[in-house]
Amino acid sequence: MLELFLDKYNYWIVIVLMLFGLYIVISRGNLVKKLVGLNVFQTSVFLFYISLAKAEGGTAPILTGKTELFSNPLPHVLILTAIVVGIATTALGLALVVRIQETYNTIEEDELEDLNVAVMKGEQDRIPGAEGEAR
Amino acid sequence: MGSGLVNVAVDISLMTLLAVTAIGIIRSRHLFATAMLSGIYSLISAALFVTLDAVDVAFTEAAVGAGISTVLMLGAMTLTRRSEKHAVKLHIGPILVCLAVGAALIYGTVEMPPFGSTEAAGFKHIVPEYIAGSRDDIQVPNIVTSILASYRGFDTLGETAVIFTAGIGVWFLIGRRRREDEEDEKKTETPGDRA
Repeated sequence: MLELFLDKYNYWIVIVLMLFGLYIVISRGNLVKKLVGLNVFQTSVFLFYISLAKAEGGTAPILTGKTELFSNPLPHVLILTAIVVGIATTALGLALVVRIQETYNTIEEDELEDLNVAVMKGEQDRIPGAEGEAR
Repeated sequence: MGSGLVNVAVDISLMTLLAVTAIGIIRSRHLFATAMLSGIYSLISAALFVTLDAVDVAFTEAAVGAGISTVLMLGAMTLTRRSEKHAVKLHIGPILVCLAVGAALIYGTVEMPPFGSTEAAGFKHIVPEYIAGSRDDIQVPNIVTSILASYRGFDTLGETAVIFTAGIGVWFLIGRRRREDEEDEKKTETPGDRA
């Protein structure tokens, strides 16, 4: 039982972290908070890859001429790329949030939805009026 | 064996700290505290990357994840607002979705190789070639560097393309608008000066 726990502990805690991130993204209405949740989700995936790359008793993949057992360097490379791409998505998301705040003066999802409903209603009211003018 | 036990203890305690920080992020309503907690989260995960032998990843995560993204969050916050409007409460629907996803993922870990196993498929396929090639052909001591810049150079090229695209996107969303505002201000100022 203890062995199973030690074998899988990293994977399970990564899953828990991922679910925390997913929960924030789904349940919170604030757009900045959603992006933080997305970051939590993302970092948990990084941890999953790096956990898979770990070799028991291995060292960091740097050639010193002594040890021959290295942790797997390929996931390290993939995650290096993913971290930088992640910061790009965060920056773009935050820029969108700033624009939404400037235009609608709110970054809460439900208030934006209310605004959307109000706009739709306004358009529906306007269409019969426009027809009336045409006649 | 002693150092192995210490490694396991450090790994488990850091992972638990990460989970605690994530709970803090969920519970906090103040966006400033949330940004700080997400910086802490990134730093703890950088420490974990060191214990998992991924030193390059740890370096990047500490610089980019904890540094730049926290600065970006704080910058966005000064332009928007500091706290969430709605109180933090538990939503049943999302919890059910998360539990279902979690159950499926944990079912998926049953067949996975144990943590730290070198028998995993990832160690067998192409990685031995990369390690040998890095030693004999490329002769760069850091294997991660030789894969990043040589064997998977096109990945890195694609990454720079993504960063460039994101930069253009941010510029069109925020940068151009600001400049037009300034020009409008100048236009409104000039007639006033003439008068």
